[in-house]
Amino acid sequence: MFSAELLINAIVTGILLGGFYAALSIGLSISFGLLDIVNIAHPAFIILGAFVCFIFNSHYGLDPILMGIIFAPAFYVIGTLIYRIYYESFEKTGAEALRGLAFFFGIMFIIEVILIMSFGVDFQMVQADYIDFKATFGVVDIPFRMFVPFVIAMMMTLGLQYFSSRTFFGRAMQAVAQDSLALRLMAIDPARIKRIAFGLSLATCSIAGALLVIVIPIEPSVGRLYIGQVFAIVVLGGLGSQSGTLIAAMLLGLVESMITTFFGPSWSPAVAFGALILVLAFKPTGILGRVGDTRG
Amino acid sequence: MSRNRFYIIIGALLVLSYLATRFVDNQFYFFAGFAILQLMVMALAWNILGGYVGYVNFGSAAFFGLGAYSAIVVLNLFDASLFAQIITGGCFAALIGFGTGYLTLRLRGVYFAIATLALLVVSETLIVNWEFVGGAAGTYVLPKKNPTVLGVLVVGKENALFDNYKELLFFLMCLIALATIIICSLVENSKLGRGLAALRDSEEAAESMGVPTLRLKLFATTLSASIMGVTGGIFPYYMTFIDPISAFNLDISVNALAMPLIGGTATWLGPVLGAVVLGTLQQIATVTISSEVNLLIVGLFLVAFVVFAPGGFLGLIEKYWKRGD
Repeated sequence: MFSAELLINAIVTGILLGGFYAALSIGLSISFGLLDIVNIAHPAFIILGAFVCFIFNSHYGLDPILMGIIFAPAFYVIGTLIYRIYYESFEKTGAEALRGLAFFFGIMFIIEVILIMSFGVDFQMVQADYIDFKATFGVVDIPFRMFVPFVIAMMMTLGLQYFSSRTFFGRAMQAVAQDSLALRLMAIDPARIKRIAFGLSLATCSIAGALLVIVIPIEPSVGRLYIGQVFAIVVLGGLGSQSGTLIAAMLLGLVESMITTFFGPSWSPAVAFGALILVLAFKPTGILGRVGDTRG
Repeated sequence: MSRNRFYIIIGALLVLSYLATRFVDNQFYFFAGFAILQLMVMALAWNILGGYVGYVNFGSAAFFGLGAYSAIVVLNLFDASLFAQIITGGCFAALIGFGTGYLTLRLRGVYFAIATLALLVVSETLIVNWEFVGGAAGTYVLPKKNPTVLGVLVVGKENALFDNYKELLFFLMCLIALATIIICSLVENSKLGRGLAALRDSEEAAESMGVPTLRLKLFATTLSASIMGVTGGIFPYYMTFIDPISAFNLDISVNALAMPLIGGTATWLGPVLGAVVLGTLQQIATVTISSEVNLLIVGLFLVAFVVFAPGGFLGLIEKYWKRGD
């Protein structure tokens, strides 16, 4: 049923959802967008982060977001290690197209199966005071289980955007994407920059995982559903553009929320992937993309 | 191996598989054998695009599932025979494969990979929302009683070619697998295969030498998708029940991709070897430990092989051979 009240609520939910999606995909916009590493296991690492938060929350009652931030450095280290393997085995020999993709696909399955074997396929959720809280302004409901992740996600996204456009290292990251040979001529090791940047992109998974487990109950294979969302957002946003990623995430959140409200939730998985197919087919450079990135 | 000897071996294997259905009583072997053969055909089909051309298809399960569900559609609409279902599955998947390839193969390879993954989720969502084929709950397929082909009873208790459907399906799957092997070897040894190999090594160089790269890629995608569709088309009969979760499972995709990479991607022998070794291992793991463990095995093997043994089993064997000389 169409009504103004429903529409306004759908828009608000869409914006909150969009911010959350931005948190999920901002790391991938670094690894896939800037570094050209097709980390298909990105959502699996988010689920891993979510389960870490779940363990500490259910055993010691610790706040999931706090745990997400505490474990971010650990994820950073995992990321640098994975990049080392990836670089030595694939990038150095130029085999990343086929075997590099398969490598991350394999990692995704290993994470998933290990989580299934340790936690089963039941849905798990976290407890915190703000999760059940809901603010009401007139006809608009703002559930805090969406609002708190939204705020954290915006802080993380805008922070990363500031970092990559204003700091020396952030600009080095952009430079790797544009011309790594030039970087080498400036006596900077592109592999080192990429290693750190990939670590950073995995560190966001820890925090994004904390947000995920607040927003919805999780089970190990739920990450598969988010592969579409995150890749659609990163491609739609124009590879490697953090502000583009944010815009695309908002757009996708809004469309998905509309579809869920007016057509039913069973259609929503197709939205992201459908958008992705259309974008790839008709405008592969995305909204804010650099021209000439996708062909060849 | 000369061509003639190759075809004789294929023919002998087909006869052997029929004799097996006549003389082996334990039905588990047909069940497990079918599963392994299914892995093998999917792996061979994936390898046509992945191994020969170098484009990664994450959406094997999409073509498989669409094959299975188009078989259900013709069954519900026209009460089609098993044979017609399999053909429909192959044709429909080929059509979708061609469309996906046409839209994305002009982009860099990774976009094709992501688009196929997208196709998987979109098609699963469509089927979940389509009540005619059972929706999310799935649908049952009841095997027909006493089917005949050209007046010969195919499945029945007496005077029939097969005692039961499990045996018939096992034999059909053998037929499909052997046919796929022949197709793959034909592709490898033709002008077409050399064109594909050229564009795998350097697309630009191939293009500038006059190789029609897009057309070749489209052909490979369509062929690969149609074989996956055929495999999907026979699947509902084998399970007698089908739902979106089992038809569009990402496990199918990972298996189709892992077997060639573990066996070796250069020739048809790699996927066959990978599927036989890993498929058998998986069957054993499923029976003795659990079905999760068999996915873990695939994941670990996949990562280990792409990192440490880029040539797969075949590469390892070759290396060992050379050292021996």
